[in-house]
Amino acid sequence: MEFAELIKTPRADNVVLHRPFYLAVEGTLCLTGHHLIFSSRRQDNAEELWLLHSNIDSIEKRFVGSLGTIVIKCKDLRIIQLDIPGMEECLNIASSIEALSTLDSVTLMYPFFYRPMFEIVEDGWRSFLPDQEFELLTSLTDEWRLSCINKEFSVCPSYPPVVIVPKSIDDEALRKVALFRHGSRFPVLSYYHKKNGMVMMRSSQPLTGTNGRRCKEDEKLINATLRPGKRGYIIDTRSLNVAQQARAKGGGFEQEAHYPQWRRIHKCIERFNILQESLIKLVEACNDQSHNMDRWLSKLEASNWLTHIKEILTAACLAAQCIDREGASVLVHGTEGTDSTLQVTSLAQIILDPRCRTIRGFESLVVREWLQAGHPFQQRCAQSAYSNSKQKWEAPVFLLFLDCVWQILRQFPCSFEFNEQFLIMLFEHAYASQFGTFLGNNENERSKLKLPQKTMSLWSWVNRSEELSKFQNPLFEANSLVIWPSVAPQSLQLWEGVFLRWNRPSKFLDEAHEEMINIIKYNKELQAKVNALRRQLAEMETDDRMQENL
Amino acid sequence: SSFSFFLQVEQVKLLDRFSTSNKSLTGTLYLTATHLLFIDSSQRETWILHHHIAAVEKLPLTTSGCPLVIQCKNFRIVHFVVPRERDCHDIYNSLLQLSRTAKYEELYAFSYNPKQNESQQVKGWQLIDLAEEYKRMGVPNDYWQLSDANRDYKICETYPRELYVPRTASKPIIVGSSKFRSKGRFPVLSYYHKNKEAAICRCSQPLSGFSARCLEDEHMLQAISKANPSNRYMYVMDTRPKLNAMANRAAGKGYENEDNYSNIRFQFVGIENIHVMRSSLQKLLEVSGTKGLSVNDFLSGLENSGWLRHIKAVLDAAVFLVKAIAVESASVLVHCSDGWDRTSQVCSLGALLLDSYYRTIKGFMVLIEKDWISFGHKFSDRCCQLDGDPKEISPVFTQFLETVWNLTEQFPQAFEYNEAFLLQIHEHVHSCQFGNFLGNCQKEREELKLKEKTYSLWPFLLDEQKKYQNPLYNPDFSPELTLLEPNTVSFNFKFWRNMYHQFDRSMHPRQSVFNLIMNMSEQNKQLEEDIKELEAKIKQRNGQPDAVISKEHQQPAHLAPMTLKSPPCFKKEQPLIPVNDAVRTIEGSNTADNRYSEFVEEFSKAEPAVVSLEYGVARMTC
Repeated sequence: MEFAELIKTPRADNVVLHRPFYLAVEGTLCLTGHHLIFSSRRQDNAEELWLLHSNIDSIEKRFVGSLGTIVIKCKDLRIIQLDIPGMEECLNIASSIEALSTLDSVTLMYPFFYRPMFEIVEDGWRSFLPDQEFELLTSLTDEWRLSCINKEFSVCPSYPPVVIVPKSIDDEALRKVALFRHGSRFPVLSYYHKKNGMVMMRSSQPLTGTNGRRCKEDEKLINATLRPGKRGYIIDTRSLNVAQQARAKGGGFEQEAHYPQWRRIHKCIERFNILQESLIKLVEACNDQSHNMDRWLSKLEASNWLTHIKEILTAACLAAQCIDREGASVLVHGTEGTDSTLQVTSLAQIILDPRCRTIRGFESLVVREWLQAGHPFQQRCAQSAYSNSKQKWEAPVFLLFLDCVWQILRQFPCSFEFNEQFLIMLFEHAYASQFGTFLGNNENERSKLKLPQKTMSLWSWVNRSEELSKFQNPLFEANSLVIWPSVAPQSLQLWEGVFLRWNRPSKFLDEAHEEMINIIKYNKELQAKVNALRRQLAEMETDDRMQENL
Repeated sequence: SSFSFFLQVEQVKLLDRFSTSNKSLTGTLYLTATHLLFIDSSQRETWILHHHIAAVEKLPLTTSGCPLVIQCKNFRIVHFVVPRERDCHDIYNSLLQLSRTAKYEELYAFSYNPKQNESQQVKGWQLIDLAEEYKRMGVPNDYWQLSDANRDYKICETYPRELYVPRTASKPIIVGSSKFRSKGRFPVLSYYHKNKEAAICRCSQPLSGFSARCLEDEHMLQAISKANPSNRYMYVMDTRPKLNAMANRAAGKGYENEDNYSNIRFQFVGIENIHVMRSSLQKLLEVSGTKGLSVNDFLSGLENSGWLRHIKAVLDAAVFLVKAIAVESASVLVHCSDGWDRTSQVCSLGALLLDSYYRTIKGFMVLIEKDWISFGHKFSDRCCQLDGDPKEISPVFTQFLETVWNLTEQFPQAFEYNEAFLLQIHEHVHSCQFGNFLGNCQKEREELKLKEKTYSLWPFLLDEQKKYQNPLYNPDFSPELTLLEPNTVSFNFKFWRNMYHQFDRSMHPRQSVFNLIMNMSEQNKQLEEDIKELEAKIKQRNGQPDAVISKEHQQPAHLAPMTLKSPPCFKKEQPLIPVNDAVRTIEGSNTADNRYSEFVEEFSKAEPAVVSLEYGVARMTC
């Protein structure tokens, strides 16, 4: 298919762009295969707006006489309005945008066409390989092994080719366990806690069904992670009720009788359309400036967004608490083990592991616990807050995770190497990007699409010093402690950087932030200067003393 | 530490307010003449001023003892368990007596001795000079003059002696107008905007009933509008909801009839009365004090309390006032019922938005002295300084501070002072440790001889102003900032956690960017000096190669971050947001503090054999 076929009117002049808090600008609108480009040629203030079609969540058109208006709502929550003279032009442009923003085939997406204008220092596709991760582990323990059982994605389609499993469990046993777990997602290592050697594993639900099926190999596998005489915790991210109902559909949970060394705790974390609805309601509330206080607060409440944040954070803190405080190993799963499970395991690591609070460590966490672990990004992030498709698989699972990270970052502003912008950037790229990183639903699909060969990795771009400097937290001081966030409602806040970003002028806040950075920079300069002068003085003193001694 | 006490009870438990597993500290409780003091086993001291106590409650006896809950006016809530009921009863009775004062002379301010001599005391009281302030605004001038009508408090007891009125308002007009206004509070100048030549004036409601009019009062308003050469129209803002104002007519009070006053534009702005505000705060505190609160209960409780709605209403009113002055150059007359609650809020916030001086530390003190203290906001009644009518208590001043705090959040560089300054003022409005806020009006203060017998708060705050400085403040930041135009869309108003949960450590961020930046900017000043000093030494050496090395030279330049000395006058009360706050550093972060709580309960219920997860999780380990 040629994009040209979809673009009936590639260019329109005298288009007026409206954005909140900016004056309207007149300019030229161009459509390309992947971008909507608006450029104003005003002498004093030439500017261009480039919008990826894949960033467009919904589009509305209306007419007053022959003046058409298109309202474009983006996945990054921004809303812009274009006034286009000429009914035909407007209709053409609207239908082109509609077609281009809803392309069926992944291979038509921009990452397959994008040619980077920057020098590639490091190929991001090779930045975070499982072998490297395993090497780190082997320096700490020899109880684990790298299994290539899933090399051809033949055992578990949503797992990566290599996974880390207990050494004492051979591939034959793994095959049996895979048959006992939903989607074949057998328990694998998620995190090893250096401090006490405890581990966190993740999987999907066991297929116990109504007649309480059991699998000796499954029991053996997870028991292999326990120290003699110690117990472990299974954190089921569903309510007991939901878990029980799952048995009727062949799913279920670990029965006490068969897993006597494990304590099961149910922590209900919502999924799917409940989360999508929550996002839609939240963004609706944030976008309406006319709400009076009561209405705003009740809309904020009705969205349930902060409730989800609290639930997810609480479950993650609980997992971290079991590992660090109870000295127990933990297995986390929900139903498929691709959503709430990953929220819990990744957030627990941020709480426990200082490495995950560095930029590289966090990237590695996203790669391990989200991309390789098979979070179906393409399905979940197909649409955002302006979606009206009501597809069950669309859900802001990753955005909720990022929001939780932001909440922890706010409470421990000096313990993270990255800043809020880094999290916002990841949110944007998960939904629409020139990079191939978040395409596909799992490693299997990514490998079939040959993404590493055909597209650029987000990490290749981010991990260059020019970009990194934007995402660095100037207050960062490496902190080796476990950080326990407060989950009290009074401590949780609306993530303004995402949800109010387009809804209020931020000039004064931005300038204050700049001033803060200046103070920090100036402090470093002064420190360096004082140190240099002191050295100089000390040298002079030594010279003097030597002269005296002569 | 040495102190004298008259009651001491050992083995008292101090419970964690939000812990679901009854986590507690054990220690000894003392009652002194002025404070309640708890010293826990690790020698940490908790001081509570008797005047700060809003309520003491004895709960039913439990197996571990007799619970005693103390609620403070600074929103601290402490929950003790006293082993023996008789001791608990003694403490309870003593606290009831000590926290309820019948006479001003028994308040702490009259015994508080900061070891200043008489001239320091006098100078302290002279620090804020309102005559100077009116001069700064540009009055007296061709249109406004100082009136001696109230020199002896003869016209209005609750106004100050010095009042500024339009030159054309003669004494008979003033007298006539004052007779037509509730409590004699006739229209006077509150703020004069030099550039716009427009004024903020304030008064109480007219005694208009359904149809009464008063020519002198009409002349008074005319004089005000004529005193503004830029705009002959003036606004009259009735800060009450229309219904309330209408209801007042039945009692012979009410509001201005536009037909009787020429050139006025009348406007209601709908701020609720003191009773609504009191119960709103009560509801807010009930919600925020709930153990194991869910997000939705918090948000719906916040909504039902109406608290943020009221804060927004106050700021909306101030924004309305400011627009009239800044955009239309029109003068504005503000009133409510008696003109000492909502009127003080709106006039002072309006001036704060218009004039950057009030956004400096000194300027804010002046603003409070002018619009709150001198114009007779009834601090004594509203803050319940003496045992009195509980229906007179209302958080009107707290709302003012909260509105200012919201502005500091929106304009982080526009204010010289920080949140700690607002919290410290709030603390001392209730502490009765200084004379400034005692009593209900200036006349009463003079009768109490406060300037001789007590000390002014302001010099003490100025002394330690480093603690209250906003490191991001930029006075010449932007000319636009002279006038602040706040965004009053609902989502801009936030729950003020640091006010209502000031003492609930576990809820605060564990590291404070603000404190760090504050220390850093303080350190920068020191470093600049070090550099000068070092450069001088190097220069000296280069100039005099044979100079003898003095001992001083060998000492390394002072590099350690500045530690601010602890304030002399606030030793007993924990500084609210101390500069070097260990609490907000990472050390305070532990699982026991936070409570992913429901779980612990759920968990221990599920299987009692398992040790509660909170057990043994006392401190962060490295």
